[in-house]
Amino acid sequence: MASAPSKLYADDVSLLMVLLDTNPLFWSTSSLPFSNFLSHVLSFLNSILLLNQLNQVAVIATGYNSCDYIFDSSVSTSRGLENGRMPALCSNLLQKLEEFVVRDEQLCKEGSENGLASSLLSGYVAIMNAIFSAQRSMVPIDSCYLGSNNSAFLQQASYITGGVYLKPQQPDGLFQYLSTVFATDLHSRTFLQLPKSVGVDFRASKEDSRKDGRPLESRRKDSRKNDPNIQLASSV
Amino acid sequence: MSSGEVIKRAKYKTSVKDPGTPGVLKMTEQKFLFNPNDPSSVTKLDVEFAHIKGNALAKSGEAAKAASTAKVTSSTKVASEKSAVSFPDEQLSTAEMELRMNLLREDSELQKLHKQFVIGGVLTESEFWATRKKLLDVDNRGKLKQRVGFKSTMILDTKPMADGRTNKVTFNLTPEIKYQIFVLKPAVHQAFLNLVPSKMTEKDFWTKYFRAEYLHSTKNAITVAAEAAEDEELAIFLKEDNILAREARRKIRRVDPTLDMEADLGDDYTHLPDHGIFRDGTKEISETQHEQYMRTLSQDLNRQGAVVLEGRTVDVDLEDPRTVAEALVRSRQELDGDKTQERLDRLSRMTDIEDLREPLDHPFAPLCIKDPRDYFDAQQANALKTLDDARNKMEQTKRNLSIDEAYGSLRDSISKIKTMGLSDPIVKPEVALSVLNGLTQNISSSKFQLGKNSRESILDALDVHTGITETFLVFISYYYNISSHKVDDVQVSRLKDAMSQTYRQLEEIKESVQSDFRHKVSLLVRPMHQALDAAFQHYDADQQKRSSKGEPLNGFV
Repeated sequence: MASAPSKLYADDVSLLMVLLDTNPLFWSTSSLPFSNFLSHVLSFLNSILLLNQLNQVAVIATGYNSCDYIFDSSVSTSRGLENGRMPALCSNLLQKLEEFVVRDEQLCKEGSENGLASSLLSGYVAIMNAIFSAQRSMVPIDSCYLGSNNSAFLQQASYITGGVYLKPQQPDGLFQYLSTVFATDLHSRTFLQLPKSVGVDFRASKEDSRKDGRPLESRRKDSRKNDPNIQLASSV
Repeated sequence: MSSGEVIKRAKYKTSVKDPGTPGVLKMTEQKFLFNPNDPSSVTKLDVEFAHIKGNALAKSGEAAKAASTAKVTSSTKVASEKSAVSFPDEQLSTAEMELRMNLLREDSELQKLHKQFVIGGVLTESEFWATRKKLLDVDNRGKLKQRVGFKSTMILDTKPMADGRTNKVTFNLTPEIKYQIFVLKPAVHQAFLNLVPSKMTEKDFWTKYFRAEYLHSTKNAITVAAEAAEDEELAIFLKEDNILAREARRKIRRVDPTLDMEADLGDDYTHLPDHGIFRDGTKEISETQHEQYMRTLSQDLNRQGAVVLEGRTVDVDLEDPRTVAEALVRSRQELDGDKTQERLDRLSRMTDIEDLREPLDHPFAPLCIKDPRDYFDAQQANALKTLDDARNKMEQTKRNLSIDEAYGSLRDSISKIKTMGLSDPIVKPEVALSVLNGLTQNISSSKFQLGKNSRESILDALDVHTGITETFLVFISYYYNISSHKVDDVQVSRLKDAMSQTYRQLEEIKESVQSDFRHKVSLLVRPMHQALDAAFQHYDADQQKRSSKGEPLNGFV
């Protein structure tokens, strides 16, 4: 599939959508502690907002059972420091995130009683829809992938939408990766040489799942678990 | 030259005036051999130089020959080294040898390989060519040559030239046009064969033909019909081409019966205003009355297209229309029946235009492993095993933590960062620097790669690659018993030596490249090293087995 043509942007204002993978099963096995990861991401979000006054950031947490908005820069107005430790943005976000995790856990308990509620295919179809819509509306999907193996799914998503796929070699330098590669706005990207994936795995994910002999939904969950950070960036 | 042999095409003459017997002259340091091209010929020579007393005895034919060879030996030494051709081990026909020489002359890369391995004594001549059987396939090579096709301009549009003063019109006629007419109009062709020498002269024939053409160009079907009724011979040209019509009917019979041919007739708009094809400034209107004397443009176009696609079938001098006509009859007969399939094959071959082909054939021989399934089964089993291992590990760690515990630790991390605040500094300076360096290097190297063709990898430039594949292929072919050649220990050990030499060469390459590319080169080199290692291992194991059992090497036949 050809990479999407990129829109021409005249300014460097961005609307950044960040999808945070908060699957507890992944983070309990990850080499990078979740608190460190949050620290990198929060600093990154803050620096995006500082780069341009008009920049906007929205964050969605994707858990094991659900996903929800946990931050929207256009809603939260206070930008000062709260009790001198961290920006208000961070404490708001962390508060929402904590609530989200509790809800997600609750759903998990309910779900185990009811059995798997959602259809096996709907998850896969929804993700593919999201990717193709992004390609259609020329929204690049950047993927920063912290799992152990490369994610063919995210590689394809980034490739067809013209975004960047990156698997940081040094997770403890995550903020550096985020600010060097992912913080660049779409206007500047026309002048920059960003990392390109050497090879994209174009095997159909569906076929993989059949070979595994596992149902599609659980596979999707697994792969999501390994995608700690999907970003959707778009300009306003 | 190491083998000390010279092979030349030569003619054997018993006297100076004798046209001579063509053949091949082969000279070694001790003697010379002459093999005539015609195996039945008796002029075969096998003379040892020791028997030649002197070259002044020009009366004896053999001695005269020796005199010239004495001269030849000194001069060909240089010449043969230039062309680097010698075929020491086999008896080859001249044609075959010529083909090989031509191949080497045309392909400098092949010549280099040949020089390195055959002249260098690593491979024998037959081994070298065994992996290139395809190149030696004479039929393939000959037929692939492009030929000039049939002209695509419409000969049927030959316009008469009128000089304004008289009522005379002039048609231009060249041998090429005659040929085209014959091909395009089988009826005219047939008429020419029937009439020309016996009933009328060639000039009369063509005059009549063009008279008919002129009548057609007037588009007056009634006049045409009238003229045809008067002159029987003229009618041949004026009527519908019977041969073509028969062929068309045959073709229509072959059309899939589910296709409704009648439906197309309903699509005829030519009678409507602003429809139809304009030709010669007039519109073609089909009249039913004298239909057999009318020709439509679509018929002409179709015929022209068919002939052009068929290609030029006659390779004779076009000057004499009689020979052209007869040659055409022959070629038509050839096309009939069984030959149709061959013609189709030829068409498909001709679509492979040489100019557009890939410039280089890969210098690889097709590798044939006895049962490919064994290989794939083994590979798949391995892959599955590693996959399962990885999965088991994952499952285990997963089970170590229940989902409650996982949520608990996640919540702990969040509250931890809430109380501790963001880490300070966010990233350690040295980590940041190494990340930045890593990113820049990655970007710059991938940029370097993007600009290059995958074919022109660093190794290819260094020219070792082909050498490895060459020796390796032969080695492999021995071990998997693909090659029909008999192998002895000496040959195998010679191959082994050559391979260990390339092994060292590879090491040197790795050391010689700049540090930036070293990683890439080693990635490229590694599989080759592995292949060579495996080959050596196999060799050693085989040697051991052989020495313990006292059996012939690997049991080849």
